[in-house]
Parts: sequence; structure tokens; C-alpha cells
Amino acid sequence: MTGSRLETATAHTLSLRVDEWNGHLPGQHIDVRLTAPDGYQAVRSYSLAAPADDGVIEITVQRLPGGEVSAFLTDIAMIGDQLEIRGPLGNWFVWDQDDPSPVLLVAGGSGVVPLMSMIRARDRADIQTPLRLVHSVRTPQDRIYGDELTRLAAQAGGPSVTWLYTRTAPTTETRPPGRLRPSDLDDGSNWTSGATPICFVCGPTGFVEEAANHLLAAGHHADRIRTERFGGR
Amino acid sequence: MSEHRDGNALAGPLADIFTVEATTAEVQCRACGLSTTLAQLVVYGPEPGLVGRCPGCSEHVIRVATTPSGTWLDLGGATSFHFTSTATRASSR
Repeated sequence: MTGSRLETATAHTLSLRVDEWNGHLPGQHIDVRLTAPDGYQAVRSYSLAAPADDGVIEITVQRLPGGEVSAFLTDIAMIGDQLEIRGPLGNWFVWDQDDPSPVLLVAGGSGVVPLMSMIRARDRADIQTPLRLVHSVRTPQDRIYGDELTRLAAQAGGPSVTWLYTRTAPTTETRPPGRLRPSDLDDGSNWTSGATPICFVCGPTGFVEEAANHLLAAGHHADRIRTERFGGR
Repeated sequence: MSEHRDGNALAGPLADIFTVEATTAEVQCRACGLSTTLAQLVVYGPEPGLVGRCPGCSEHVIRVATTPSGTWLDLGGATSFHFTSTATRASSR
């Protein structure tokens, strides 16, 4: 582990230097395995948050109440520690950078992590594919990567970024706080220029099912909706 | 309803067994006949024992358990797996 930084009060980004890392696709994850002195093992999956940078990969870990692995990674692990990881893993929830289809990303909470990997890959490769992120968070303080997303969205050709607040919204926000609504995903703008988008949805299970149902109801085809659920409500 | 994830979480445990990335494979449920991508199974855990259930009928399709002696793989709930050539190519990148 070569770095750790706070993204929000409860989300930490860890940098890991990995020997012989041959890169990965945006959306892929790693498994982290912790072994206690008595031999007890716990494995959890964490999405990669960015393209690899000279053998250094990043994961963003949301600290969960009572989470035995997340609490260790956010509170106890220190720079210089060795971690046992496996990856990159998964080829289904990945964005193909050669696909010219517009990209609609829908995130609930820390479900934004693999989607940020796609946004950063697009930015670093200077790809012009239209991309829209809709990120549902409880409060403005829960915007993981908030500053970076604001900066990218302001650039010419940058992604469109919308935050939805479920509990507390900034005073400038006109949408009343609340859960995801169908109108949150289809704002009537012609950002896709009529092309069929590919949709990636990631978040807690209940959020993902709701978002996927809204997308289906809005006419998106099931084949163009890719989902990743990380449990929870 | 207990907490569940989806078949994306099977990528790690199955990487020990299959030489190609398994979560992009199409799997057919023996109980109801539904074909779905392995990544879209409803997965109950936590590791070391994962059960992948059919999103259509909730029957178990695949079980993976890691024990000190090795890995158990139960495919009894599936009739077939279809590993597409795209999946094979993607994993060899």
C-alpha cells in the first residue's frame, strides 16, 4: 500500500503498487483477502477506481458499520503494509472504449467507483464519446470524487454529471431530496443525439433494481443495461 | 430479504478453476430454462461459500465453496454454459 486519502468522511482511496500488473479494463474489480493470525480469512471485492498508473492501482473503500474488511482497510492498514489481492477480475461490467455508443452511468453511493474508472479512462484516452453520470448520494458531503467530477464536467467535451440527493440537498438544488425517479434518468435532453446508449448501473442491490427498472420502462433494451450489485439496501 | 450481490462477485472464486473469464458465459437454469449471463445471477454469500441463484425462478444454479482442502464447485442447477469467443478473447487481452 503506497497511499491512502480521504474522499468523504467514510470513503478512503487506497493506492496499491502491484508487481507485474498488466493493466485492466474500466469497470473491473479486485478481490482483497485478509488473513487473521488464527487463520481466519475474509475476502471482499473492490472496484478499481482508475486506470493503472505505472503499476499503481487504486480502490475506493466505503467504510461499512461493522464491516470487518472495510474497517481494516480504512482505519488500520498503513502505508507500507502488504495486502493479498487477486485481479483484475470480471469482464462483464466493463466499458469497451472502442464502442462509440453514448454511455449512461447510474451510481448509488459508492457504486460510483467502477464508473469513475470509466470516466477517468475516457478522460486519459481523450475519447469524445458522449457520457452522462447520474450519481445518487445522501447529502452533498457524500459526493465521492466530487471536486474532480466538477472539474471534468466543466471541460470542453467533458462528461455530464448530475447529483441526486436522497436526504439533504444544497440550497441551490431545485429537485426535492428523495429516491431515484424515472425523470432523473431521462431529463429530455438530446445528449445522445439519437444514438442508443449503453447503460452501466452500480450500487446497493435495491438501488440497482430500481434504476434498471426505470431504464427498462424508459425504453432501454435489457441487452444495453449492465448492472453490478454490492449488497446492502 | 437477506443481502445479496450478483454474479460479478463470482469472477474471483471462478478464476481459480476456469482458464477463461467465466462471468461473461451464458448459463441456463435447469429448473426454469432461463438463460442468463453468469454475472447476472443473484449471489448470496459471504465467501468462502457463494450460491448463485437464477434471477427468474430463484433456484440455485451454481455453488462455489472454498475449504482448506480445496474448492467445491456444484453446477447441478445448470444445464449448460456457453463460453462465447468474445469472452475468450477478452480474457486473453
